[in-house]
Amino acid sequence: MSNLEDLYREIILDHYRNPRNRGELATPPAHKAEGFNPLCGDEITVYLHVEGDSLVDIKIAGHGCSISQSSASLMTAAVKGKPLEAVRGTIDTFKQLMTVHETSLDAEFDPEPVNLRALGELAALQGVVKFPVRIKCATLAWNTLTQGLNDLP
Amino acid sequence: MHERPIVYLDTAATSLTPRIVIESMQRYYETYHSNVHRAVYVTAAEATEAYEDARIAVGRFIGAPHPADELIFTHGTTESFNLLAKSWGRANLTASDAVVLTEMEHHANLVPWFQLRDEIGFEIRFIKVTDDFRLDLSNLEELLRGAKLLSVTGMSNVLGTINPIAALATAAHAAGALIAVDGAQSVAHGVTDVAGLDIDFLAFGAHKMLGPTGIGALWVRRSILDAMPPFLGGGGMIADVSLSGFSPAAGIAKYEAGTPPIAEAVGFHTAVHYLTSLGMEDIAAYEHQLTASLLGALATHFPERIRVIGPTTMEMRGSVVSFDVEGVHPHDVAQVLDQFGVCVRPGHHCAKPLMKRFSLAATARASFGPYSNEEDIETLVTALDEAVRLFG
Ligand SMILES: Cc1ncc(COP(=O)(O)O)c(C=O)c1O
Repeated sequence: MSNLEDLYREIILDHYRNPRNRGELATPPAHKAEGFNPLCGDEITVYLHVEGDSLVDIKIAGHGCSISQSSASLMTAAVKGKPLEAVRGTIDTFKQLMTVHETSLDAEFDPEPVNLRALGELAALQGVVKFPVRIKCATLAWNTLTQGLNDLP
Repeated sequence: MHERPIVYLDTAATSLTPRIVIESMQRYYETYHSNVHRAVYVTAAEATEAYEDARIAVGRFIGAPHPADELIFTHGTTESFNLLAKSWGRANLTASDAVVLTEMEHHANLVPWFQLRDEIGFEIRFIKVTDDFRLDLSNLEELLRGAKLLSVTGMSNVLGTINPIAALATAAHAAGALIAVDGAQSVAHGVTDVAGLDIDFLAFGAHKMLGPTGIGALWVRRSILDAMPPFLGGGGMIADVSLSGFSPAAGIAKYEAGTPPIAEAVGFHTAVHYLTSLGMEDIAAYEHQLTASLLGALATHFPERIRVIGPTTMEMRGSVVSFDVEGVHPHDVAQVLDQFGVCVRPGHHCAKPLMKRFSLAATARASFGPYSNEEDIETLVTALDEAVRLFG
């Protein structure tokens, strides 16, 4: 069961049960982006409030599985209040973590290239890579955030 | 993959394939594989005979009065509905007509009608689903008024509800409408008799009834069939082709363009033969018992936690059990179950309007086949216990 326990680490379950930054922001001044996983019906709305070069506030609405919800919650905690450049950096690092390397599925997973320390709590999600069908769950919020940032006026 | 044996509870998605089905297709490939029709050598004749024999056997299995002339092979239930909409529908429906569907249909019996509606502009009406997961027939007469077709599933692939097809056929015909039935689920789990039910079309596929993927059928009442235009164009469906055009073949061939799935037809034949030898009534009774047992187990072990999305009484109920574990997303349920080797399906099961009807994004679904047993249910319950423990 170790793989499974890995997947559902305390951090993930905690963020699933007590999601951070849930809710909505008034638009405007905030912007929103909607993401959708047609396979499982998960839906997410990311509200972004950007002032100058900084993501001053972020909120998440929608519903989904423990992986998509905890990933969204962890994401908000990691990017809220950060300069946009740092936000994009975190997104890149996270996406790298979620990339299935050809060999990593067979061999013991070795997340060498990713700086896990820089990810902090987000590293809890690395177990997802062992379950390829769930990667889409984990990346839903992040792709939606990326889309929101790209759509900023 | 797993240290544990597989507990396969996903027959509603696709059934396991008996060895004799696989062997019959292997024998075909090893000894008489060749293209059907249009050849004189021995193996081609054998292949043609095997293909046409399969048509008759599959037709008999559903009670077709004239199987050789009424059963069109397709690539599956989905293609059968596309054939129905694009051939019969396009020839018979106009902007002032109506087609009646239900809220519990699979996308295969929704999207082809939407596509055609967008082209032609007829009205689509829906029979609603009641809070106890049955078709709401209270306004059936009104819905059928002026309709040309009622297209309805024999058994819901999400709820397990079995619909009263004979009564619906009577009502449809009384209103001057034809009735098409989605047999994808129902055909595998009980006796089907298109003549006794007095229906006009039946769509179904082999891979949910112990047969191979890639083949299905649309049975059409003979008196309707001749007036239907061809579906796909190409070889096999023509009487003649010149540089100025073509004329379609007569009969069934008109709907089967291109090289058909021959090995799959052989496997389909073996599957219906095998099902018949098991006895469809016995299969239905056996699965009925398993379903009652699962519903009982869920109610006993998880009374506060698990809600069955489907009838909890056994009348007119098939062996598909969707459920919602409170506080645990179906994807997570399925993930935990997978660790026990238990295969259930999370998702919307290609029935998004039905999900919306019950305000769900997804359910977890367990479904039985003739090879399922009580042990499978025990393992499922153990695995569900773990899911509930893990998510608290
Ligand atoms: C009720 C019902 N109709 C239609 C289909 C479509 O079958 P297929 O995907 O084999 O064409 C399915 C299976 O998914 C089904 O359960």
